[in-house]
Amino acid sequence: MTDFYFILQQMLYFSVPLLIVALGGMFSERSGVVNIALEGIMLFGAFFGILFVDFLQSKISLEAFNSITSQQLVLLSGLIVAGISGALFSLFHAYASVNMKADQVISGTALNMFAPAVAIYLARSMAFTNYTQQVGFTGTLFLIRKVPLLGDIPFIGDILFKQVYITTYIGFLILAISYVIVYKTRFGLRLRSCGEHPQAADAAGINVYKTRYFGVSISGLLAGIGGYIFIVTTSTEFNATVAGYGFLALAVLIFGQWKPMRILQAALFFGFMKTIASAHSGITALNILKIPSEVYKMIPFLATLLVLAITSVNSQGPKAAGQVYEAGKR
Amino acid sequence: MMRNFLNRYINFFSSLLAIIAGLLFGLIIMIITNPQDASSAFFTILSGGFEDGFTSISRTILYATPIIFTGLSVGFAFKTGLFNIGASGQVMIGAFVAIYIGVKWSFLGPIHWVIALIFAGLAGALWALLPGLLKAYRNVHEVVSTIMMNYIGLYLVMLLVKRTVFNQEKNESMYVLKNAVIPSFTLERLINGLSKIVGSRFAQSIEKFIVGLFKLINLDAYDLIINYGFFISILVVIIIYIILQKTTFGYELKAVGFNKDASKYAGVNEKRSIVLSMLIAGGLSGLAGGIIYLNDIGRSIEVVDVLNPEGFIGIPVALIGLSHPIGILFAGIFMGYITLGGFYMQIHDFAPEIIDIIISSIIYFSALVIIFKEFINRMSKRRMSRGERND
Repeated sequence: MTDFYFILQQMLYFSVPLLIVALGGMFSERSGVVNIALEGIMLFGAFFGILFVDFLQSKISLEAFNSITSQQLVLLSGLIVAGISGALFSLFHAYASVNMKADQVISGTALNMFAPAVAIYLARSMAFTNYTQQVGFTGTLFLIRKVPLLGDIPFIGDILFKQVYITTYIGFLILAISYVIVYKTRFGLRLRSCGEHPQAADAAGINVYKTRYFGVSISGLLAGIGGYIFIVTTSTEFNATVAGYGFLALAVLIFGQWKPMRILQAALFFGFMKTIASAHSGITALNILKIPSEVYKMIPFLATLLVLAITSVNSQGPKAAGQVYEAGKR
Repeated sequence: MMRNFLNRYINFFSSLLAIIAGLLFGLIIMIITNPQDASSAFFTILSGGFEDGFTSISRTILYATPIIFTGLSVGFAFKTGLFNIGASGQVMIGAFVAIYIGVKWSFLGPIHWVIALIFAGLAGALWALLPGLLKAYRNVHEVVSTIMMNYIGLYLVMLLVKRTVFNQEKNESMYVLKNAVIPSFTLERLINGLSKIVGSRFAQSIEKFIVGLFKLINLDAYDLIINYGFFISILVVIIIYIILQKTTFGYELKAVGFNKDASKYAGVNEKRSIVLSMLIAGGLSGLAGGIIYLNDIGRSIEVVDVLNPEGFIGIPVALIGLSHPIGILFAGIFMGYITLGGFYMQIHDFAPEIIDIIISSIIYFSALVIIFKEFINRMSKRRMSRGERND
């Protein structure tokens, strides 16, 4: 039984960043801008967020870290830095896609290539990181072993309130907020209209440029946060890569049909797949089969392909996503 | 007059503008991070490709050849409206097949490398088949499917290398047999070949003449080593050009790229075009894999979780070359040139990733210059209509 809880706990580590980044992608594509730069923005946000955390952890002596609150504050401040960096970086994509009417896939690819180059370049130029590209941090300080009261609840307690990071709750909070914004606010309605028929939105008085800028910036914010959470919760150092997560998030977005709740389901599915892939050696049932580890690593991607093959036929993305917005077009 | 000139070569100028902008941006970053060394380092990036005479030129061609192939792969797919980000996986699959044949099929004799290369291309094509089919028949976005294939290919190749051609000490694939190495063009080879035609005495005097000639401009003619892969790449560039510009098939592919529905209405089987386009694109990247790894300079497939970089560099090469085969040829050479410059620049205390920064900014700016093209187009149209009104 502990194996089962272990799988679910691990699954959350993988699913939450996927969820957040995919929600970010949703905001961008719903406004009409295809954002394949999620991978690069994740990396960019993760780099600056973790750099900040590393900085804090080195400057403040460990005694000040004894309280759980201060550890979580460090985590949160890194998260804010990551989000802001991601949002700023995504502005390049917004500018190219909205003002310069560039091909959104090309601009996204440029950002994807730019992010690791800049992260490695800066890391290697700084004495603080010993002139290497790895940025280490002490992530174990952030792990919450057990939430005082809630962790005792029989079933849910073991999954959601033990061996968890505060970022899991942040992820669900973001999900809830995103749902409300997109479906229950005026801004959300305008956002969606820009992605379906920007000319009609323009005729109704909505500033398509401004809305799309918002859409892309929110996606940058969330992608930065997601990248940061991904590295912090699954690794001990930042090594200039997010292992294709940004692209997995795109697949989650498509699988989730651009709807928040579906995206959650898709993210959980993929998180589960990824967990099987990395934690298979800890699961006794699977060990017996002696499947090579490379096959496990392939599984999330194979599963994605399969899922896409089945669901994409009737895929209904935002109608105007990826199209250059020309004000006078019919 | 000036406007006509600009119009005809507008694509070339747009690319040039993007390149200059990217380089300048890189220069600015270098100045910000290390003001004193920036200008000399930047100069080294620009001139490094010529520093060591023929050795540098040979190295530039060595870097350029595989990315010309991956550039063609990405560019060809672009023409059909497809974004082939899967070049990396296709290269890796092609590389494995090439190495496997190179190590195991010793019975092939002198044509060993040719067979290995051909199969590498076929393997790459096969790897692109699935994304092509998924796009054509199941509407799966090729960006996501090819990225998935990249990772699947990576892990598959890691598994296969470990099981078949593993060099355990170095954690990489084994070296290929001598006959499987793609030969290189050198002065020696040329003279050897010549002596079979015109006799060895005459050939040797030609040799002395050539060596002496190049010595005048301070070049050592023996340093010139050009892999046959480069000549193959030129051949392939010409073939792709002919396919795209001179055949009905190429015309159909381009039509599908411009407007899928209109081509379907005009009778083009757009599903078949998409699949065939991906097959060719995959084949080109597979060839790249063979070109890179059928070597005797010690480069083997490392069994690590890293996607092949040459596949991704094909994207800027295709963009800078504007998806035109000849443009891609020059773009590949340019990319090889500044990459070499980047290596030389390391003496000046800059991390070589600055080259990646420059390349990615060039891509970014090349996406922006589209608006520059539109601007020029609009200007010339306005002048034309004004001229008509004056009549």
